[in-house]
Amino acid sequence: MKGCDYYKPETVGDASRLMASLDGARYIAGGTDVMVLIKQKKLSPAHLISLRNIRELSLLDTSDGLSIGSGVTHSRIVRDAWIRDRYSALVDATQKIGSPQVRNVATVAGNICNAAPSADTACPLLVLDAKIRIAGKKGERIVAIEDFFLGPNRTILEQGEIVTAIAIPKLDENSGSAYIKHTRRKAMELPLVGIAARITLDAADRAPGWKESLRNAPNAEALPGMLEAAGIVCRDVRIAMGVVSPKPMRARKAEAALEGKVVSEALLDEIGALAASESQPRDSFRGEAWYRKDMVQVLVRRAVLMSIERIVNA
Amino acid sequence: MKKIITLDINHEHYEVAVEPNQTLLDTLRYQLGLTGTKKGCEVGDCGACTVIMDGVTVNSCLVLAMQAEGRQITTIEGLETKEGMHPLQTAFVEKGAIQCGFCTSGMILSARVLLDKNPEPTEEGIRRGIAGNLCRCTGYQKIVEAVQSAADGMKEGHQ
Ligand SMILES: Cc1cc2nc3c(=O)[nH]c(=O)nc-3n(C[C@H](O)[C@H](O)[C@H](O)COP(=O)(O)OP(=O)(O)OC[C@H]3O[C@@H](n4cnc5c(N)ncnc54)[C@H](O)[C@@H]3O)c2cc1C
Ligand code: FES
Ligand code: FES
Repeated sequence: MKGCDYYKPETVGDASRLMASLDGARYIAGGTDVMVLIKQKKLSPAHLISLRNIRELSLLDTSDGLSIGSGVTHSRIVRDAWIRDRYSALVDATQKIGSPQVRNVATVAGNICNAAPSADTACPLLVLDAKIRIAGKKGERIVAIEDFFLGPNRTILEQGEIVTAIAIPKLDENSGSAYIKHTRRKAMELPLVGIAARITLDAADRAPGWKESLRNAPNAEALPGMLEAAGIVCRDVRIAMGVVSPKPMRARKAEAALEGKVVSEALLDEIGALAASESQPRDSFRGEAWYRKDMVQVLVRRAVLMSIERIVNA
Repeated sequence: MKKIITLDINHEHYEVAVEPNQTLLDTLRYQLGLTGTKKGCEVGDCGACTVIMDGVTVNSCLVLAMQAEGRQITTIEGLETKEGMHPLQTAFVEKGAIQCGFCTSGMILSARVLLDKNPEPTEEGIRRGIAGNLCRCTGYQKIVEAVQSAADGMKEGHQ
């Protein structure tokens, strides 16, 4: 490693002023991406500005939806039962990132700022309609997660800007979400494909006890038939896919096909196929494109069913 | 330029002059002689460099020494007390959970934090707890058994 300087400002303002006054500086949060890049000599910052001592960034605020300060680690999300109940997809993702050692220091914000096509929290944040709060020279701006990524390791962040928090809106009480990370090993692996879904079941005309009656499904495969028989409509459908394009993306056509419809076997097959057609995976040494497409088809169906199961079991 | 910082390691204070980009791992091994912490991949993959920082495990190869200032660090050297080795250390020896020993320090520290949080882990829980520690020798089975046996022993010790 080449020599470099290290700063630990205590306010967002001081951090961005430092960044503006130093050439070749880089923010470091958990450091699990930055330190690896330095080790691999892909990055050699002249200055490191640590964000770990900025107290306001470590807040997890649940007063209006969920606001995740950019200093919040994956471990803090994983052990939060309140978040698990309401924003399950995010917990599905954070609990499988790296190892306990990595999750104890790595931040959710660092994961999206690094913007790897395989970033595990990206798809959950896409389906949860997350907004990114950004502080910079010109003041604060708020950007929808969908507009945040530009491509592999590229975001809309301008020189010196700091992500301060990730805000997720409050969801309808009959909403459920899920993220499926497709890997060969159970731990310490990046996804071959990552799929997230979020669904709201329209309970407007339901008699009390409608959820309980669906809980009797003998298995997830029996659920579509039961939902079809009950005629329950899906709303606010969100489906997101990771690793299958230069940046994490929504499967808009698949979402539209399910919006306002009653789930059925045929429809699940159709949205799986639509999502696969929207994906643009590449061959890589970790997995071939045709396989990734096939997995999109399978996992979209599975993630939608998992989201619905969570609603009826809540 | 080197800066002087104070590190709190195994309840002792060490004053060291470190480069701003120097890892905690290198500081422990090369400046403080605490070579129980092992250096493997240096990119967070193997867990050989695991230490406990403020009660949770971290990879000391991914933490800068300067980031560790003001934190409580425990390394494998800090586990033994006047009464002798930690029950996990004894169990690893007795159950044959150590072959070359390169992963052992990190394994034991991960297991220690696991047992602090959950004194009665399931086998699955143990495997998850040590998911960030690679072992190329034992095939993990004996390690899992050692952690289980230490957990059982520590429970009895408390009764
Ligand atoms: C062994 C290992 C396993 C891993 N496994 C996974 C995995 O399974 N899934 C996965 O998705 N990732 C994985 N990662 C990657 C990494 O851990 C995550 O991307 C992590 O969330 C990054 O967070 P961090 O706080 O460590 O970021 P850092 O390394 O501190 O920063 C990452 C980037 O974001 C910038 N940055 C950080 N915070 C801010 C901010 N608030 N404002 C502006 N810019 C900021 C930094 O300048 C840097 O460019 C793994 C890494 C390792 C070493
Ligand atoms: S040396 Fe730190 S994880 Fe391998
Ligand atoms: S005993 Fe050799 S690596 Fe684990």
